[in-house]
Amino acid sequence: MRKRVIFPQVGLPYLLLLPQLAITSVFFFLPAGQAIWFSFLRQDAFGIRTEFVGFENFVELVQDPLYLESLWITLVFSFWVTALAMSVALGLAVLADRHIRGATAYKTLLIWPYAIAPAVAAVLWIFIFHPQVGLLGRFLNGIGVAWDYKLNGTQALITVVVASAWKQVSYNFLFFLAGLQSIPRSVLEAAAIDGASPARRFWTVVFPLLSPTTFFLLVINLTYAFFDTFGVIDALTKGGPAKATTTLIYRAYIDGRVNLDLGSSSAQSVVLMLAVIALTAVQFRFIERKVHY
Amino acid sequence: MATLELRGIRKSFGAVHVLHGIDLQVAEGEFIVIVGASGCGKSTLLRIVAGLETATEGSVLIGGADVTRLEPKDRDIAMVFQNYALYPHMSVFDNMAYGLRIRGLPRAEIEGRVRRTAEMLGLGELLRRKPRELSGGQRQRVAMGRAIVREPKLFLFDEPLSNLDAKLRVQMRAEIKRLQRRLGVTSLYVTHDQVEAMTLGDRLVVMNGGRAEQVATPMEVWREPANIYVAGFIGAPAMNFLHGRLCSEGDAVDLRAGCAIALAAPPAGVSDAEVTVGIRPEHVRISSHGAAGAIPLKVDLVEPLGAESLIHGILPSGEGLTVRATDCSPLAGTSLPIVLPAEHLHLFGGDGRRLRLAHARNATARVRAGA
Repeated sequence: MRKRVIFPQVGLPYLLLLPQLAITSVFFFLPAGQAIWFSFLRQDAFGIRTEFVGFENFVELVQDPLYLESLWITLVFSFWVTALAMSVALGLAVLADRHIRGATAYKTLLIWPYAIAPAVAAVLWIFIFHPQVGLLGRFLNGIGVAWDYKLNGTQALITVVVASAWKQVSYNFLFFLAGLQSIPRSVLEAAAIDGASPARRFWTVVFPLLSPTTFFLLVINLTYAFFDTFGVIDALTKGGPAKATTTLIYRAYIDGRVNLDLGSSSAQSVVLMLAVIALTAVQFRFIERKVHY
Repeated sequence: MATLELRGIRKSFGAVHVLHGIDLQVAEGEFIVIVGASGCGKSTLLRIVAGLETATEGSVLIGGADVTRLEPKDRDIAMVFQNYALYPHMSVFDNMAYGLRIRGLPRAEIEGRVRRTAEMLGLGELLRRKPRELSGGQRQRVAMGRAIVREPKLFLFDEPLSNLDAKLRVQMRAEIKRLQRRLGVTSLYVTHDQVEAMTLGDRLVVMNGGRAEQVATPMEVWREPANIYVAGFIGAPAMNFLHGRLCSEGDAVDLRAGCAIALAAPPAGVSDAEVTVGIRPEHVRISSHGAAGAIPLKVDLVEPLGAESLIHGILPSGEGLTVRATDCSPLAGTSLPIVLPAEHLHLFGGDGRRLRLAHARNATARVRAGA
């Protein structure tokens, strides 16, 4: 039930909305509009002449095998980040939900990574994955695995996936824990009395009851992997080696900021923007009937 | 169907002792109601029988086999929870079939058993519904069905009717009793409602502060409560308690309220001692002014209940007394002469235990005038 508030003056509600509208306009609508406009333009290398080219930037994108490859990389990357971040978080939440000594301390510690800046997280993972300096990197090279994420594309992808997922685990953990705690204990006890083993209880009762949380986190994590992992990639691999970790968002940055191809970069931004809108629409559509029982 | 035996069950959560040694023997097919105020440990006791809590000490035997160390799933019991604890994401059919599927029963048998049980409970039309699409009473029935369909050795009920409205509660109460009679499954039923306890149980376990104060049939508990707690807990409105003193011969009790009542048979081995005299409101007789042994009750409040009235008043000693009377509704502030019949008196010693009166109930009352 939404409460209806009646304002006596006509102006007041608009005045109250103004700060929010101003921020949204300046920081979202204006640049987004500019990106859309630029995506139809092409500038020469020195920025002297600008020409309207219609959808040509988009057509070129679709025909560019490198762009399609970075789309594929993005899909692989996002899938693994989401899968890893969610499964690890669910596992930890299940463990933390039990009555163990010091549960509060674990919970607090598990939430910390969320408060760490992407660049800091990346540096932290350099100290683990670096072939000469990193703990794991040195160990792998020591036992004869040629590990160097700066040379091997697959290894580079693994590195950025792990670092990105690690940052998101805390967030997922919080939601999963809250979800687990909202399942009535008596339902689990009823399942135990019905003869279900702990594993069976989890898959037939707990997991289905968590599905609203799981779905919400799926969308959030995909959005994160698509759009919020720039910092980690930039600090760890800079999209390399040989573009093996160049996701769509990283490519938009490289083309726009480094290669100064504003038209193409804007077109890529518009594509990403449509992806965000689609994901958000899916989320809003389903969040309405999030409680499915 | 099986017997149940509890031997010296103790339970403590850290330094808090919840149960102080409960012993109980339940015969096959018996309906035992555990009744007590909230916090008396009755639910904990039930959960220990279910295996959801482990006893700190003592053992649980179902059908003669020690199950103290077994998990709930290996005890072959079924439980009905206060909030029903239905699986919210499953249909009524799946809720009832869940336990059977885990046991690996063939599909056809599961189908047959669930349908039979559902018909018996009047749930036949609702098998496809989800719990959220059911009313409280229907959910309650599904919870019962889920327990029945498993054909367990033991039914455990944890305040199953508390979440229903008064009318439905009375209806479901009768239904539970009928079902239990028909199925003949040994049952343990926890409640704080003494009416439920009295009407359902073959025997009651009245609990207080982690101890079983009395284990007996409902009528025994009502007629001969073992101590003051049980006497005050069972029966509505509650029993009246008055101060009295047992005279030196032990054959009469002097009430502080101003009269002495001769006892037909003196309590064994007690005389010349302070006692608590209990009498149920329905046993207080209204007499006429000036009658021998009548005590004047100053009427304070009258609650008419239709067929009868509850009269609350104050005795000359300042003690309160409630009378349940038919055909009598005095005005507040007036004085009402009352008589306490000796055959209905309950005497409790200084430790709160009942003093046994030999043949007290059959004796003819002899009322002595004055103190």
